[in-house]
Amino acid sequence: MNELVATLAGYSSAWFGPQWGPPVWVFVKTLVLILVITLPLFGCVAYLTLAERKIIGYMQVRIGPNRVGPAGLLQPIADAVKLMFKELIIPAGANKFLFVLAPMLTLMPALAAWAVIPFGPEVVLADVDAGLLYVMAITSMGVYGVIIAGWASNSTMGFALVCVLLVSQSLNLSDIVNGQARGRFAAEGLNFLSWNWLPLLPMFLVYFISAVAETNRAPFDVAEGESEIVAGFHVEYSGMTFAVFFLGEYANMILVSALATIMFLGGWLPPIDAPLLNAIPGFFWLVLKIGFLLFCFLWFRATFPRYRYDQIMRLGWKVFIPLTIVWLVLVAAWMQTPWNPWQ
Amino acid sequence: MEFAFYVAAAVALAATVMVVTRLDAVHALLYLVVSLLAIALVLYTLGAPFAAALEVILYAGAIVVLFVFVVMMLNLGRVALAQERRWLAPRTWIGPGLLALVLLVELLAVLGPTPPVQPGAISAQAVGAALFGRYLLGVEIASMLLLAGLVGACHLGRRTTEGT
Repeated sequence: MNELVATLAGYSSAWFGPQWGPPVWVFVKTLVLILVITLPLFGCVAYLTLAERKIIGYMQVRIGPNRVGPAGLLQPIADAVKLMFKELIIPAGANKFLFVLAPMLTLMPALAAWAVIPFGPEVVLADVDAGLLYVMAITSMGVYGVIIAGWASNSTMGFALVCVLLVSQSLNLSDIVNGQARGRFAAEGLNFLSWNWLPLLPMFLVYFISAVAETNRAPFDVAEGESEIVAGFHVEYSGMTFAVFFLGEYANMILVSALATIMFLGGWLPPIDAPLLNAIPGFFWLVLKIGFLLFCFLWFRATFPRYRYDQIMRLGWKVFIPLTIVWLVLVAAWMQTPWNPWQ
Repeated sequence: MEFAFYVAAAVALAATVMVVTRLDAVHALLYLVVSLLAIALVLYTLGAPFAAALEVILYAGAIVVLFVFVVMMLNLGRVALAQERRWLAPRTWIGPGLLALVLLVELLAVLGPTPPVQPGAISAQAVGAALFGRYLLGVEIASMLLLAGLVGACHLGRRTTEGT
C-alpha cells in the first residue's frame, strides 16, 4: 500500500515538475480520500432509510417493505430513482437560488464534518488538533439550511461535550479515543467500563437526547408534527431538492452517532481486552457502536409519543442545562481528588 | 498559507461590501455569514485555530442565526426595500464615505510597514491559560456585564399580566 502511494506520488512529480508535483499530489489524494469517505456514507444513508422502515415495521408487527428485490433490499434504490424523476417544483414567490441552495447547505456540513472523524488509530482524513471545535463549527452551519430548526439544543450538546474535554484534556478526536483506553477498569481488561459513558453517564444521556432533538428525530420531530405546525421542507420541497434535505438529515444522524461513539463509547476500541477481540479491526467496532446508536434512534421513534414544543423547551433549558453545569463542576472537583479515574 | 490568507481577506472585504450595499436584509445577512467565515479563515491562517473556531461557532453559528430569525419574523417587504434604496443613494453616503476615507488614509499612514506576522499555532490550552491567568479580571468583568444583560433581558421579556 505504502509502495503504491509512493509510486503515485512519484508519477505526480514527474508530470507536474518538482515544484507543482507535491501540491497536486496532495490535492488528488485528498480528493480521493473524500470520495472514499462520502460515497459509502451515501450508501449508509440509503440503507438506513430501509433499516428504519424494516425495524419500525417489525416493532409494530408489520413486515415493512418487501417487494423490491429480495426482502425489499433494493427499496432505497427504487426510492432514489423515483425522487430523481419527480418534478422539481419551485414556489413562485421563492428566491430560486436560495431555494435550491438551502438543501445543499444542510447536506454539506453533515459531510464536511467527517473529515476529522477517526475510523481507527491513525485512520483519519485530517488529524487536526482542534478536531472537536471543527466539528461543532461545521455543524453549527447546518442551521442555515433548515432555519426552522435549532431550539438552542446546540448549547446543551456543547456543554455535555465540555465534560469530555475536561477528562480527556484534548480537542483532538483521536486523543479522546486513546484517552479512553486507559483507566482502572482497562487495567483489568474490562475496557468498556473505562469508556467515558460510565463516569459521565448523565452527560452521555444529555448528549444523546440532545442529538436526537438536534437531528429533528422522533420524539422531538416538531417540524413534522401535523397537530402543531407543518413547516419547512416537508411542504415546499419536492423531487431531488427534498431528497437532498432528507439525505442531510440522515447523514446528520450518522454523524452525531459517530461523535457519541468517539466521545463516550471508546471509538474503535474493543469492549474487552481479549486477544480474540483485539484481532478484529477497530473499524468493525466503530461501525458496530454507531449501528447500535442508530438502532436506538429508530427504537425511540417506534416507542415514544411526540413531545410538545414547550415540553422540549422545558427539557432543554430547565433540565439539561442545569444538570450539565452541575455535572461539569462535579467532574472538575472529582478530578482533583485521589479517586480520579482518568489518570 | 500566505496565499490562503490573501484570498480569505479579499473574500472578507468583498462580502462586507456586499453586506452594506444589498437592499434585501436577508441577502445582506447571508453575505455577513460569508464575511465571518472568511475572517475565521484569516484567523486560522494567522495561526489561531481556536479563535477561528469560536468565530464560526459564536458569530456565524449563533448570533447571525438570531439576526436571520428576527429579519424573517419582521417580514420586511417593499417598504423596507424602498427605504434601503433611499439610504443607499449617493448623496446620503458620499459625505460619511469621504470622511471615512480620510480616517483610512490616516490609519494606513500610522500603521506603516509592520513586521510580518509569525504564523505559529496558538493552542486552545494557551488561550485558556491566558484567559484564566493574565486576563482573569477582564473575563470576570465581561461575565458580570453579560449577566447584567441576561437579567435585563429576562426582565424585559417577562409577562406583565402575570397571574391574571
